[in-house]
Amino acid sequence: MSNIWIVLPILFQLTSAVLLLFFWNYIKIQKILSALLSLLGLGISLVLFKEVYNEGLLVTQSGNWSAPFGISFVADTFGTTMVLLASVAGLAVSVFASASMTKARLQFGFYPMLHFLIMGLQGAFLTGDIFNLYVWFEVIIISSFVLITIGGKKAQLEGAIKYVALNLLASVFFLIGIAFLYGLTGSLNMADLALKVQEIDNKGLINVTASLFLVAFGIKSAVFPLYFWLPASYHTPPPAVAAIFGGLLTKVGVYAMVRTFTLIFVGDEFLSVILSVMAALTILSGGLGAMVHQHLGKIFGYFIICHIGFMMAGVGMMTELAIMGTVFYLVHDIVVKTNLFMVSGIVLKINGTQNIKELGGMYQNYPLLSLLMAIPLFSLVGIPPLSGFWAKLFFIQGGLESNEYLLIAFIVLGSFLTLWVIAKVWAEVFWKKGENLPKKARGIYFRELGRRQKLALILPVVFLSIISLYIGLGAENIVSLSERIAKELMNPEAYIEAVMSKKLNAL
Amino acid sequence: MELLLIFIIGLLHAAGIYMLLRRSMFKMIIGLIFLGNGVNLLIFLLGRLVKGKPPVIDEASKVFTDIYADPVPQALILTAIVIGFGLQSFAIILIKRVYKVLETDDLDELNSTDEEI
Repeated sequence: MSNIWIVLPILFQLTSAVLLLFFWNYIKIQKILSALLSLLGLGISLVLFKEVYNEGLLVTQSGNWSAPFGISFVADTFGTTMVLLASVAGLAVSVFASASMTKARLQFGFYPMLHFLIMGLQGAFLTGDIFNLYVWFEVIIISSFVLITIGGKKAQLEGAIKYVALNLLASVFFLIGIAFLYGLTGSLNMADLALKVQEIDNKGLINVTASLFLVAFGIKSAVFPLYFWLPASYHTPPPAVAAIFGGLLTKVGVYAMVRTFTLIFVGDEFLSVILSVMAALTILSGGLGAMVHQHLGKIFGYFIICHIGFMMAGVGMMTELAIMGTVFYLVHDIVVKTNLFMVSGIVLKINGTQNIKELGGMYQNYPLLSLLMAIPLFSLVGIPPLSGFWAKLFFIQGGLESNEYLLIAFIVLGSFLTLWVIAKVWAEVFWKKGENLPKKARGIYFRELGRRQKLALILPVVFLSIISLYIGLGAENIVSLSERIAKELMNPEAYIEAVMSKKLNAL
Repeated sequence: MELLLIFIIGLLHAAGIYMLLRRSMFKMIIGLIFLGNGVNLLIFLLGRLVKGKPPVIDEASKVFTDIYADPVPQALILTAIVIGFGLQSFAIILIKRVYKVLETDDLDELNSTDEEI
């Protein structure tokens, strides 16, 4: 059973990054090469996704060491869907960056680092080993450290300090959790852990270990008491970097949370309550944060937090329907958040500011572009039939099913706050009569760009908007996909059997 | 040996957290390094300490019959040390750069990103 090619997406991104390093001084070649390689990477992810969707789970054991001893790579439907989404976001950002980033920034290895980041994400989505997951997390954060500091502006460096310190701390928590888990079970393979954790009688120790993982992934995914680094840093890097961060980095924390809490620490009353409380407070603080800020990047940053709360709520409810909502929301959120930060980048390029009080008249000056930007904005709110609506429907249904009325109230409140803020943004940025803003000294404005560069800015937004529309209008496909993922996650026997390559006696 | 390690781990964690809570940026990094080392020792301890029993099977037998020193935690620690080293060196360079640009070591003064622009 050697499906070694399931690591191909990871290897491909690695090769792309190394290849791009050879063209260090040739930015033009890097731009074209990175876009082409991202497109090819998307193709590879698509093939892997199709294969797994048709044939079912694929496993490879590195070095042919059988399951609990070697490192397993597992391509299940959840993992490959995330790999596919990472490739989609990577492609969009790669094209977007070619026109939105200044040459000075691109010169310091933006493209190789982007591909290393995507490699880390795909590795995290495909690994079946908890320590290997830690290693991929480190690959992700070291690449993101470089991306967040690239250019070295004053605000960027300040944001980076907070980002770096909290992420290093999260890694420490993750490692402590792994140490406890290894001490308790003597295993690192996630499928093997799922079996061994069940057998441990001392539930208190398991709860402590699970809480350590919760804190580690909670810092990564910016949930309620642990999110303060996000609004302090996410608006500082250039929009292309913020797009890839906002779209994928917090979601990998959610992915890890869903994975560990459905596979390893299953059915824990104690954690379920904590998760639900954290989810409710995350929704509230994210929504309120978005209300008070004027800076587009900051508003979207708080939206990330608010909507991480939705996904956490699904994990907290822990019913199949709620997990389905989480998966659907994850799919929708990666596309929309990446798109939103790119939209804010275009707004910045056109007007030279991201302050919604100063902005205005976008609809008057750029009607078609404004209509395009309306798609991600209103998908985020979840106005039916756009994509956010369906996921929220499942959350509420799942909540009714498990009698979590308070959580439903918070989800509705969160949606309402999102609607309120998006309406405000739409009114201020697009409808309000625009004033002539003083031209700032630095930077090239949108109207001064060449045709090809304008296209490179707008095409990724079009691309992601089409995907958003597809998720919303072709919801039945995504629903059946997330239904299947939820089923696989809630009944992990098939996963465990495939990895351990042995039949289980009923769990 | 276990008891000694427990105290060292506790001390490293306590010192690390204390340093993290200081206002100086430089001390924060030292705190993170302490914590990292403390965790590495924790993995070592939780992998069970076994003295003088290398994980090598006798020629006569086919599987381990006796207790043996687990090599996995050592591999984990080695990986964690290398990764930690990379991240810490990046963080130190970053701090040097931040100090040069912002001309302060006080974390309380790094609050301009929280203000409205």
